Amino acid sequence: MTPGIIAQHAPALIIALPLFAAFATPLIGRYSRQARDAWIFAAMAATAAIAAVLAYQVYTVGTVVYAFGAAAPHIPLPIDSGGIPIRIIFTVDAMSAFMVVTAAISGFAVTLYSLISESKLTGRDGFYALLLLLITGILGMVCTGDLFNFFVFLELNSIAGAALIAYRNDKGVAIEAGLKYAFLCTIGGLFVIFATALLYGQYNALNIAMLASRIEFTMLDKVALVLLLAALAMKAGAVPLHFWTPDAYSMAPGSITALLVVASQAGLYGVFRVVFTLYSVTLDYFAVGWIIIVLGVLSMFIGVTMALVQKDVKRLMAYHAVSQTGYMLLGVGVGLAVLGQQGLMDAYGLVAMEGGIFHIINHAMYKGLLFLTAGAIFYRTGTRNLNRLGGLGHSMKWTMIFFIIGALAIAGIPPFNGFASKLMIYESVFLFNPLLAIIAMVVSILMLASFVKVFQSIFMGPRLPEYADVKEAPLPMLIGMGILAVVTVAFGLAPAWVVDQFVAPAAAALVNQSGYIASVLGGL
Amino acid sequence: MNMSKVVRAAANLLFPFILIFGLYIVAHGHLTPGGGFQGGAVFATGIILMIVAYRYETAVGRFSKDILRNCEFAGLLIFVSLALAALAFGTGFFYNWVADTGLIFGASVAPGANPGDLNTGGVIPLMNLAVGLEVLGALSVIILYMLSGTREEA
Repeated sequence: MTPGIIAQHAPALIIALPLFAAFATPLIGRYSRQARDAWIFAAMAATAAIAAVLAYQVYTVGTVVYAFGAAAPHIPLPIDSGGIPIRIIFTVDAMSAFMVVTAAISGFAVTLYSLISESKLTGRDGFYALLLLLITGILGMVCTGDLFNFFVFLELNSIAGAALIAYRNDKGVAIEAGLKYAFLCTIGGLFVIFATALLYGQYNALNIAMLASRIEFTMLDKVALVLLLAALAMKAGAVPLHFWTPDAYSMAPGSITALLVVASQAGLYGVFRVVFTLYSVTLDYFAVGWIIIVLGVLSMFIGVTMALVQKDVKRLMAYHAVSQTGYMLLGVGVGLAVLGQQGLMDAYGLVAMEGGIFHIINHAMYKGLLFLTAGAIFYRTGTRNLNRLGGLGHSMKWTMIFFIIGALAIAGIPPFNGFASKLMIYESVFLFNPLLAIIAMVVSILMLASFVKVFQSIFMGPRLPEYADVKEAPLPMLIGMGILAVVTVAFGLAPAWVVDQFVAPAAAALVNQSGYIASVLGGL
Repeated sequence: MNMSKVVRAAANLLFPFILIFGLYIVAHGHLTPGGGFQGGAVFATGIILMIVAYRYETAVGRFSKDILRNCEFAGLLIFVSLALAALAFGTGFFYNWVADTGLIFGASVAPGANPGDLNTGGVIPLMNLAVGLEVLGALSVIILYMLSGTREEA
């Protein structure tokens, strides 16, 4: 294929390539394990490259639209359609591109890591096929401009995720966690499709841009909003519906957990897309904004206090993930609460949103890194129990360094990326409501406290006799962790550049509903 | 455990008809209600009928899991490949590049009311066939795996 075709069809290829690779994986795996591993690596590398091409297009040229099944895919409205987008359309704006980049970096690191970390287990053909399908689901969710298509990719994301959580059987405990996730996600999926039906019944459209241009915030729209928010907040792991995260995150293999973090953030993306692009100023932004803020504060506080008492290192990290999701909800919620007031928006609303969105990629990087280090420790020692671990700093030096980077980043210590995004959230939220900013800071301190405990009990102390022959993690796993660590440090060293180049356009795209509509339906 | 002779004879008799009916639903997916998934499911019921009528071991001997799994992956690959092939013609992903070309399923649709011509629809019937292949493989494999955990009473 020539570069021209790749550039022209990037929004389709980003879905088609991992899909094709996933379906071919079991066939290749039947003949050669080496060929299959090389195939998966090549497919993921190519997907990441296409993600980079797509993001470059979006950030330089503007929103990219792609109509599936059309002779000329870049024209969203066929001439004879009467101004109605009849096809499934991908609408990739700066916010979508931002999520695509996040998913591509994580997906690439995780794939590299999992080639070694799962090598002791059976049934890996299916594992890699599902891994690629999960990546497809995430990328599809963040790219699509069609509400029903969003549901399809949400289901793909959920089912692949549930199967992967249950992959490491573990005497049935992992299967229970996977089943719990599958049930919850199915119920969430039903909520989403019911909300889609409510909107379709009223406005005769499934395209998000078309719906956004027609929406009136009737009673039925309010019902649809509640259903969408509940389902997607559950998927994101926000507090009243967070109870699946400790089970799912701790029982899944380490590599999968790192990717599940991104899968959850695709749900978070859904929340933001619904409130900002689909409803925008038609909804009661002050009330809905405060609902999201309260969800965020509850997630932050309950997540971190639950984390402090955990003894299983991955359960502890899972509660931290709940807590971190709270920061994103808080930042973007503040932006939503002042959506209609341009003065307040310029004063702090936009900065709060940028902080929340910046936190998404930061969280995916350092939390993914932490889960990968936990996976590496489990790979070498076979336990996740903090009371039984100890003294690993002598033998797993690189893993320890990566853990320190991740732990300091999550606690918001400079010069790591967590500090940059948290500072943006503190400063802007303080102008909105000082109490919220103080809660956010206290949570951050508690987070540092719990990671000091984890660090001490895993790595410090004398070398334990039962771990005398523990070696450093294999090289591909270290490279996988290294990629995420490098991004974590780089974003911490040059936060202003990252915010200007990537985050600010994403936040601006989210607020700019008319721009989103115009990219599909034409001029305004 | 084998079912009674009457059940087995009836199952043997019905089996080819169920398969033909499944194939009919798949092939006419672009003209009548049904399509790849529905037809593939009917096809899989035929296989399940044989499993019910005979014992699990006999059924496993007759329908190899490997072949059924190959059906599943082949169906999926054909589906995506048909969609990807559209890129080679300079059109969008999933573009119907077979319609109106005179290839198989590529005849033009006659204007006005007509009883429906099987030889139309372009990639839609081809994708239906791919989905049918995938579903018959996947559903049969699911049933075989579910039964693999059962044990016969003495």
